[in-house]
Amino acid sequence: MNLFNKKHSVLPGFGLGLGYTLFWLCLIVLLPLLALVLKSSELGWQGFWETVSTDRVIASLKLSFGASLVAALINALFGFLVAWVLVRYSFPGKRFVDALVDLPFALPTAVAGIALTTLYAPNGWFGQYLEPLGIKVAFTPIGIMVALTFIGLPFVVRTVQPVLQDLEAELEEAATCLGANRWQIFQRVIFPATLPALLTGFTLALARATGEFGSVIFIAGNIPMVSEITPLLIIGKLEQYDYLGATAIAVVMLMISFVMLLLINGIQWWAGRRHGIR
Amino acid sequence: MALATNQTERTAATTESVVVRYVLTGFALVFLTLFLFVPLVSVFWEALAKGWDLYLAALTDPEAVNAIKLTLITALIAVPLNLVFGVAAAWAIARFEFRGKALLTTLIDLPFSISPVVAGLIYVLLFGAQGWLGPWLAEHDIKIIFAIPGIVLATVFVTFPFVARELIPLMQAQGADEEQAALVLGASGWQTFWRVTLPNIKWGLLYGVILCNARAMGEFGAVSVVSGHIRGQTNTVPLHVEILYNEYNFIGAFACASLLAGLALVTLALKTFVEWRATQQHKGDAVPLEARARLASAH
Repeated sequence: MNLFNKKHSVLPGFGLGLGYTLFWLCLIVLLPLLALVLKSSELGWQGFWETVSTDRVIASLKLSFGASLVAALINALFGFLVAWVLVRYSFPGKRFVDALVDLPFALPTAVAGIALTTLYAPNGWFGQYLEPLGIKVAFTPIGIMVALTFIGLPFVVRTVQPVLQDLEAELEEAATCLGANRWQIFQRVIFPATLPALLTGFTLALARATGEFGSVIFIAGNIPMVSEITPLLIIGKLEQYDYLGATAIAVVMLMISFVMLLLINGIQWWAGRRHGIR
Repeated sequence: MALATNQTERTAATTESVVVRYVLTGFALVFLTLFLFVPLVSVFWEALAKGWDLYLAALTDPEAVNAIKLTLITALIAVPLNLVFGVAAAWAIARFEFRGKALLTTLIDLPFSISPVVAGLIYVLLFGAQGWLGPWLAEHDIKIIFAIPGIVLATVFVTFPFVARELIPLMQAQGADEEQAALVLGASGWQTFWRVTLPNIKWGLLYGVILCNARAMGEFGAVSVVSGHIRGQTNTVPLHVEILYNEYNFIGAFACASLLAGLALVTLALKTFVEWRATQQHKGDAVPLEARARLASAH
């Protein structure tokens, strides 16, 4: 127990609680991830680099990351708007709308995938109106963005909403007294206060979108070099029993996940420090 | 206090003109309708497009029934496992100070930032025919990959943080005062846990379990990698949806999908109810709002 430098507490169960936590964490998460990293080391640097630098892998990474970035930006904009409307204005059915925002968390990704594909297919509810305008959504990168926007939507709303809720009206009253108009107040008072939450929500949506699989594969069309996302490449390699190739790509994705996680922690640290100074 | 200011009517000084309010609300509602509501409705619409008879026939198809059974079994195993883990982790993290706590909390959240496909792959590498333990498992005739244990493992991985991350902020906000009082009054550790801690965290626990269950029943990517798609044997409902959809059996695919969409709606309703009960339980103090804020920022 000294190993963890535990401070004295009268409560029992530290050893049991922490022991079980560490056991389960190692068994389910850490050891399997270690196996992945060890497996990829069988390739060596040369082999690893040759596997992950093929045109097809690079194209898929660009697509996965690019589409996720666009989706996260759309989510940041509309997520902020939705959070704003939910916190500040009242309208009929608000509670229903508030509950509905979490739908992408609750709806299985495969269901979202087939529903969106059917809607945006050339003869679908949306597709039939977009097709004459020359906009193809299903089976193109635009479709991927639509799916990723869907699954990432709750992240921004749910991170920004509590911050807007806690914002004190006195600050805005003071700004009004000092002669600021609404737009200035939004720009100088409200927005800076919500920025860390917005960035956190954006990064969470981005992280989720880069690894997303279920909702995308139906709408993407999965054309190599055009609309093939990285997780699908891993599945493709596995189906050809190319375990090493799949592992190498998985390690790249794992590194991207770690960078995102660091980014999120960094933003929260920055926000905490900024908050502390104020 | 923050709660109070937001419940009072906003004055002209702290809100926008009627026009701006209507336009913004309109934009938000149109966006949500197009991106959330219409896709949800379309699932049920497509499922019932050819009438109730075909819908019910699709759901009572033996392969669909098998898929439903497997999904229920998977959730019944995976959710309790993560429930026990979540309580143990929250107890250790929220009730004690120790070195490496921040790292441990981050590691618990790790499965959320890993692609589901990678999650499936790591178990294939461990237990698959060419994996580290593959030969040993084959010798002893144990099947994990392309069988139910693999599906359960992958599901446990993707739902790993749900219960823990709901409980940790809640228990931290509540503090240990009540438990300490119970111990001082002579209760044993387990008595304290069952009679003091558990009643205090029951709504948070339920909240975590509801979300965990929704993900466990709906997981697609990770399960797809480890299942092998053996019809009638290792197909969960989401995988069955995929197979039917790719065979252009849209009625069947959307019928099964409507079950999952129904599950999502029940989840949302329960979640809203639990949130409401949790605020009722703590009415007057700031705990739920703060806990909710932290939860939200962790999502």
